[in-house]
Amino acid sequence: MLKLDSVSKVYRVGAFGGRELKAVSDVSFEVGEGEVVSLIGESGSGKSTLGRMILRLASISGGRITLDGRDITSIKDRKEYYRQVQGVFQDPFSCYNPVFRADRVFAMIKEQYFPQAGADEWRKRVEGALESVRLDPGNVLGKYPHQLSGGQLQRMLIARAVLLDIRLLVADEIISMLDASTRIDVLNLLADLRARGLGILFVTHDLSLGNYVSDRTVVLRHGKIVEMGRTDLVFGNPAHPYTRSLLASVPRLHAKWTDAVPEDVPCAFHEAPQESRTRPGLAEVEGDHFVACAGCGASKIKENA
Amino acid sequence: MSEVLPQPQPQPPTARREALHFALRNRKLVVGTVIVAVFLVAGLAGPLLFDHGPNDYVGPPMAPPSGEFWFGTTTFGQDVFAQFVYGLRSTFLVGVLGGVLAAIVGMVVGFVAGYRGGWVDELLNMLTNIVLVLPALVVLLIINAYLGVRSIGVQALFIGLTSWPWAARAIRAQTFSLRSRDFVDLARLSGVRTPKIILREIAPNMSSYLFLTFILLFGSAILIAASLDFIGLGPTEGVSLGLMLNNAARWSALQLGLWWWFIPPGAGITAIVGALYVMNVGLDEVFNPKLREM
Amino acid sequence: MALNVTDLRVYYRTLRGEVKALDGVTFSVADGEIMGLAGESGSGKSTLAKSLIRLDGRMRHVGGTVELDGKTMPLADDTGMDRFRFREVSLIPQYSMSALNPTRKIGKMVGELLDSRGERLERAELERRLELVGLSKDVLDRYPIELSGGMKQRVVMVISTLLNPSLLIADEVTSALDVSSQKAVATTLLGFRDRGLVTSMMVVTHDISLVYQIADTIMVMYAGRLAEKAPAEVLVTAPRHPYTKQLISALPEVGVRYEDRRLTGIPGNPPSLLKPPGGCRFRDRCPLAFDQCAEQPPFAEVAPGHFVACWKAE
Repeated sequence: MLKLDSVSKVYRVGAFGGRELKAVSDVSFEVGEGEVVSLIGESGSGKSTLGRMILRLASISGGRITLDGRDITSIKDRKEYYRQVQGVFQDPFSCYNPVFRADRVFAMIKEQYFPQAGADEWRKRVEGALESVRLDPGNVLGKYPHQLSGGQLQRMLIARAVLLDIRLLVADEIISMLDASTRIDVLNLLADLRARGLGILFVTHDLSLGNYVSDRTVVLRHGKIVEMGRTDLVFGNPAHPYTRSLLASVPRLHAKWTDAVPEDVPCAFHEAPQESRTRPGLAEVEGDHFVACAGCGASKIKENA
Repeated sequence: MSEVLPQPQPQPPTARREALHFALRNRKLVVGTVIVAVFLVAGLAGPLLFDHGPNDYVGPPMAPPSGEFWFGTTTFGQDVFAQFVYGLRSTFLVGVLGGVLAAIVGMVVGFVAGYRGGWVDELLNMLTNIVLVLPALVVLLIINAYLGVRSIGVQALFIGLTSWPWAARAIRAQTFSLRSRDFVDLARLSGVRTPKIILREIAPNMSSYLFLTFILLFGSAILIAASLDFIGLGPTEGVSLGLMLNNAARWSALQLGLWWWFIPPGAGITAIVGALYVMNVGLDEVFNPKLREM
Repeated sequence: MALNVTDLRVYYRTLRGEVKALDGVTFSVADGEIMGLAGESGSGKSTLAKSLIRLDGRMRHVGGTVELDGKTMPLADDTGMDRFRFREVSLIPQYSMSALNPTRKIGKMVGELLDSRGERLERAELERRLELVGLSKDVLDRYPIELSGGMKQRVVMVISTLLNPSLLIADEVTSALDVSSQKAVATTLLGFRDRGLVTSMMVVTHDISLVYQIADTIMVMYAGRLAEKAPAEVLVTAPRHPYTKQLISALPEVGVRYEDRRLTGIPGNPPSLLKPPGGCRFRDRCPLAFDQCAEQPPFAEVAPGHFVACWKAE
């Protein structure tokens, strides 16, 4: 459904924009219908920039993003695009205009997309959407953002997206600001949406959350994909040293940190047979599990090449 | 900015009515509004009480305040109270016209520059800086000398067209910081167009800020007009609070002890500008739902 | 016992009334103990941490005592607390990135800070400490802007432990960091204790799995009161308070997948602390609640070192 093809983002920095900063380079992956893809990376990995490019909030410097084969920048009517693709962001409090009531986000959707809908009919739809995200409409409608909890606000934003019958949801760090006791409910909600056939791009820095909910995982580092593939394969058999060190740093319950021993394993990218390099810069180490070169020295590359 | 508050659909009590509810309970706002309103009414209705003009010589010269001449008379026997109410009228007029014009130009330039960024921002910034460094007084002298138009309207137009740059800069900076907030992105994701985003997402968030800007522009328009009048570049016909001060100074009212000649216009200007400021502080509390409850 | 807190109450003044952010907590931290203090937003954990250092203008010490190494701390007396701050109790603030004066070189700033406390700066000792957290002594001649966020955090950590305080409070120091830096910061904290630079430590966090990595004991707070305190291993594997149980079972771990095991959160919201309900404050969300819960359960020791405030935690 959504396909990224060698997408790059270059920022001009410094006086007179003299220097270039490559935030995202040559990233390619797909998100299918009813599929949750988690995009994992630390700060500065370019994961949020990618989300913003998909949402057309940031321009694309190179490559193409297509929705059902159509270049998204060629869809002139933004509304037509946003009817299918929506986003939810990290900080639920800053997503609401503090001057207005929280349910204004629904009014905005009605005004832009369903101006003909009758007030009663619309209220029923809003209530339905709220119930689908397990909120009691009576509890949240008519309140100001500061009167609601982060979890409630975040669920309302998901309900807002659901009102549009979207096909793809970009969820950018949507639970990192929520409390542990409500976190998992929002995460389960994403799984429910997936069951309804939505494609979800789940952007996160938290590996355990990504692992919990996603079908496929893309690990980003410095704007490049280091490893991607089916979630159980990426987490169960991480092939890239960066993925391995990330996994080792995740604080777990029931197991204390074990120091990742600096292993001298050969680069999985070069170990993989030549013909497996089906994607630029990535080699297929097993079915549906790709890895990039671990940045090994030139000598090693020669050995393996 | 209350007209841009939309009405949330599902709940009958509208945001506007709610703002009014809090507005009526805010002492600062009420006091400020009452003072401004009193002067406004005095300026609008006061002149109707007189069958003579403000500059007519109707009484004995240099009479102190009395039952007949409430604010006394000038050296020439003109009624100071009549001059005061007529002066209020032209002062409000020049303040509103000049302030509104400057606010409109400043907002358009500030919002567009701050929201669009890039080359639009650079271009508008250049324009702002040019107007900012323009020596307003010299320009006015030239206009005066060559065009010789000296009505209140032209004075307001001139004030409006020269005093907007700082407002534009302040609004641009605010817009710039609000533009990157998530709710602006969310409005964009809802397909809302840029002018509407500026008007309905960004502007309401700085409504009290905009009102303060307007108040300061209003106040400074009054002050600029008064000082122009004072140095003799004001309108030739009519009367204004600044002209009164000008005349009082010219005819040595201070030295002659004619306090009733210069205190009313001076106090009038101070009270109006001060009351507008108090109104602003009150409005901030009304508009910001967080300040209401905490 | 390094720290003894008895029935401490600290309220926040707001225009709507007093928020009972910390409403009667009693616990102690032993010498050499690293205690993790976990809770959600509004649980009172940050209020507790702040109270031990400085009450800000809106906070009011309503009752209770705090003893550190046998000396009673005058919480409400800002100048009296100066004897304790930095020397006896020290805090690593949540946003230590912005705690450094941008116009001073690091070395100069540390010197001035020590001066104001009447202490002399021993350059060699300072350099040794920087080395401990993995910084070179060059940072002393640099301005804060030249350091990365993680480096600034470590500088602040060195500064706050410079006078070997008896109690170090780390307030959400890892929440803004990436996974890999989280681990580095947490192990540095552990190193402070192991090298004897600080006697005991309170690590405030919302992330139980992180604090589990380094803490000896974990204390869980809920709505201004203590819910449970136990050795870290026990709290994670055999919690007894229903809130702790639900909280821990709501944490997804690496390896747990939605299809295999659907986790659930805790329904409902914490009560408002403006007018908190009487009795156990978790009552409304608790699956085990019964009549007796209308009465506040004591924070009782059910096993050695294991305290629980629940009637059903036998």
